[in-house]
Amino acid sequence: MESIGVLMACPMNPYLEQELHKRFTLHRFWKVPDKSTFLTTHCNSIRAVVGNASAGADAQLIEALPKLEIVASFSVGLDKIDLAKCKEKGIRVTNTPDVLTEDVADLAIGLMLAVLRKLCESDRYVRSGKWKKGNYMLTTKFTGKRVGIIGLGRIGMAIAKRAEAFSCPISYHSRTEKTETKYKYYPSVVELAANCDILVVACSLTEETRHIVNRKVIDALGAKGVLINIGRGPHVDEPELVSALVERRIGGAGLDVFEHEPEVPEELFGLDNVVLLPHVGSGTVETRKAMADLVLGNLEAHFLNKPLLTPVV
Amino acid sequence: MNNISVLMTCPMLEYLEKQLESRFNLFKMWNLSSSKPDFFKNHSGSIKAVVGDTTVGADSNMIDSLPNLEIVASYSVGLDKIDLEKCKDKGIKVTNTPDVLTNDVADLGIGLALAVMRKICVCDQFVKSGNWINGDLGLASKFSGKSVGIVGLGRIGSAIAKRSEAFNCHISYHSRSEKPNTNYKYYSNIVDLAANCQILIVACALTEETRHIVNRKVIDALGPKGILINIGRGACVDEPELVSALLEGRLGGAGIDVFENEPNVPEELFAVENVVLVPHVGSDTEETSKAMADLVISNLEAHFKGEPLLTPVT
Repeated sequence: MESIGVLMACPMNPYLEQELHKRFTLHRFWKVPDKSTFLTTHCNSIRAVVGNASAGADAQLIEALPKLEIVASFSVGLDKIDLAKCKEKGIRVTNTPDVLTEDVADLAIGLMLAVLRKLCESDRYVRSGKWKKGNYMLTTKFTGKRVGIIGLGRIGMAIAKRAEAFSCPISYHSRTEKTETKYKYYPSVVELAANCDILVVACSLTEETRHIVNRKVIDALGAKGVLINIGRGPHVDEPELVSALVERRIGGAGLDVFEHEPEVPEELFGLDNVVLLPHVGSGTVETRKAMADLVLGNLEAHFLNKPLLTPVV
Repeated sequence: MNNISVLMTCPMLEYLEKQLESRFNLFKMWNLSSSKPDFFKNHSGSIKAVVGDTTVGADSNMIDSLPNLEIVASYSVGLDKIDLEKCKDKGIKVTNTPDVLTNDVADLGIGLALAVMRKICVCDQFVKSGNWINGDLGLASKFSGKSVGIVGLGRIGSAIAKRSEAFNCHISYHSRSEKPNTNYKYYSNIVDLAANCQILIVACALTEETRHIVNRKVIDALGPKGILINIGRGACVDEPELVSALLEGRLGGAGIDVFENEPNVPEELFAVENVVLVPHVGSDTEETSKAMADLVISNLEAHFKGEPLLTPVT
């Protein structure tokens, strides 16, 4: 398969890059000096694109690659891929579900604990020598707090299972009620926010869910409520969230994703009730290898005319 | 009961102080109107109760100097700062605050494990110092599915086990004796436990037997990919051994809430990235500290009314 051209959209994983380079003719899009010239030169040899949460395959790129057969995303999220266009042109799309579910759910719980118990702040407190002068302040108990989940898919369910072990009552909002679960369903996000202590965004990013957490939802969550976002930055109206945090209209936030990564609103840097992570939801050695293997497995399957492992389209 | 004299050993919680002041004749040992020797000379005979905590309890000297002491009510579940033998000898009742703080301490145990494995504090610092613009951080370690070894399967140890199970962790433990009615794997030897788990969590009481129960051998068995979490007592771990293991990379990481000589923390650890250090905050939430204080008050009131104690230590 060495003659098959594969375009990697951005740096994502050295192991994946290496393996793609071994098996295919790999083009690293971020190293190309002039993207349009590159595309004109190579458009007939590129049959696959490997994208991720930062850069995928938008309409423009798809149009520029007439021989494109498959987009294999190194992510479970598909918001950077023009799915409609792929469907139209018969281009296959794969992602990396399941292998990263646990890591993302673990991080959601980790963020909840870090925000409520002020773990990072108290770690800083010790490291600055302040403990010698006095005890750290009291924080907020996590066990028993009401957890509201937006999106009860694989990740949402994994978060619910973990939170239940902390005796957290679980409620959720989804496009449709999941009657097979015992969790309480709210038909609107505002109602969900009004009835929980910790609101977690765990849905996929689509046109419908953009800014699903807006001013109304933030107000409903309230001054003692905490927002956790392990979904996508655009799920949350970021400027509204920032002012709510700065003005203390909301109790705190744990954020792994932002509207314009890697940019993060600097007003948040000094707040002690906010934990900010650089989109590390699936960022463990174990999971990134599993994701890479799934991307490679899907590409091999496709070019060997075998069934795709994790097809979306 | 305002004529009953109670001695509070150190500052613990303002709410508790106020409650004690309103109900008893409260003396604050850190804020006496006279010198300590004078205070004891003048008041030792009147003091019937001591309220202590994990910092200052009721040791042999104190008990000896309070001839009419009837009860020691600890604002903690740990009893390592109380001379229990002496209390038993002299018929002095002892109460602590079990159960009300179990969830908070277990939550912290899991929080520390997640913070260490997923580098949460490192990442938060990375973002807040504006460094994300320059590139991503390296990868962390997965928590779900890892094997968790618990030293001490009491209330807190069991609560930690229950939470870990939801993360599909395999649970094993070491205890003085095997516990019936659990599915967890028992190791009669703590070194074997450490050799067979990836995250070792100290959740036992501090007694003469458990002092330095986590020693060089245990740390070596846990190894360069292992993580130590201590939400028990500082003295359960040989601290200098822990420090050198971390500095030399012989231990993969640690999440520590308790230290041998609080509030002193070995400064060599401050620059170590794979370590999370918190200032003995296991039960320090608004909700739990109030519940603990209420339990202390209720125990004292029960005692002075001749009613059964709520949480006596037998």
